[in-house]
Amino acid sequence: MEIKLEQPTYEVIGVCLLAGKIMLRSGAETYRVEDTMARIASSFGFTNSNSYVTPTGIIFQLDKAGSAQLIQIVTRTTDLRKVVAVNSISRQLSTGEISVQEAYTLLHQVDIEAHAFSIWLQIIAASIASGCFTIMFQGKWLDFIPGMICGGLGYCALIYFHHLVRVKFFAELMASFLIGIVSFLLTSAGIGQSLDKIIIGSVMPLVPGLLITNAVRDLMAGHLVSGLSRGAEAFLTAFAIGTGIAVVFIIF
Amino acid sequence: MIAQLVTCFIATAAFAILFNAPKRSLIQCGLVGMISWMAYILLLEYDVDSILATLAATFLVGVISQTFAKYYKMPVIIFSVSGIIPLVPGGLAYNAMRRFVQNDYNEAVHFAVQAFMLSGSIALGLILSEVLNQTIRKKNPLP
Repeated sequence: MEIKLEQPTYEVIGVCLLAGKIMLRSGAETYRVEDTMARIASSFGFTNSNSYVTPTGIIFQLDKAGSAQLIQIVTRTTDLRKVVAVNSISRQLSTGEISVQEAYTLLHQVDIEAHAFSIWLQIIAASIASGCFTIMFQGKWLDFIPGMICGGLGYCALIYFHHLVRVKFFAELMASFLIGIVSFLLTSAGIGQSLDKIIIGSVMPLVPGLLITNAVRDLMAGHLVSGLSRGAEAFLTAFAIGTGIAVVFIIF
Repeated sequence: MIAQLVTCFIATAAFAILFNAPKRSLIQCGLVGMISWMAYILLLEYDVDSILATLAATFLVGVISQTFAKYYKMPVIIFSVSGIIPLVPGGLAYNAMRRFVQNDYNEAVHFAVQAFMLSGSIALGLILSEVLNQTIRKKNPLP
């Protein structure tokens, strides 16, 4: 009898933690993660669940008497599709359309799902975005093509170096260094006009704008630890980009 | 102006691809970004302070995102994330970092504080629109 009572509890905890993990890794805000986990738990009748969510880990307790479980978050990216998927699964759970086991299988599928757009499409998107940002920051149309080239190369380098060394800081540093070098060469060869506009446009896909905004939102929502650590992450990325560009200015 | 809007639309949609937004939401994401950028540059042309302009544009992003979210039955975060992309002070953050490493600390701190204020106003705008949405929803509860 007791085992039967224990079993579903662990399954519910597993579903909650997996949902939280996917959402946090996909760049959802802290309050959204806590909210989703609490909603899933309460759909099984556990209305007293407690969670402590930080960008590097989640501690979750289903009931006041039960034991708390912990999950570690190593990588963080932005993946809106997964946020949407987890959201709809949690909604289906609360309306009782699917069972715990089904939810766990679905969540697991979402977890291992790859990026829906191929790497080449992503690089092309990054380069187009960079070119467009160059125009948006009052650049001339002459700078559009150089911006595209630098942005595409930079994003390419980011993916490659991140695959190579698994240190985000290093990958960002190398990518922005490459952007700096290429845009410097292009402008001195007379292909681009204003160096600043090209560089700003092409580092935009690397810039942690979303991180900064999420950090401030977390801080305002009262998640002080999450807000500060996200802010630190954003600062580190900005520092990497700035350093990479600065090295180019020092060399030339 | 037209060129700005078109490039902004494309840039936001391209960013939505990088963020792995669902395919059927790409056009709407681009639209949100375009509207926010239009509001921003129009306000700047009427000599509104850039922080206030960002706040207003982000508030608009929040309102549109919530409408789209209700209409297309997708979470708000898809549209709001894409909508704030053009407003994010990436250029300022870059300028700040560049001045820092060139030992020009006065200018660097100036740019950094401005970038922080702008991102604060982006967050504030989003929160304001969320609060507004919740108040409206409480007044007329949906069936």
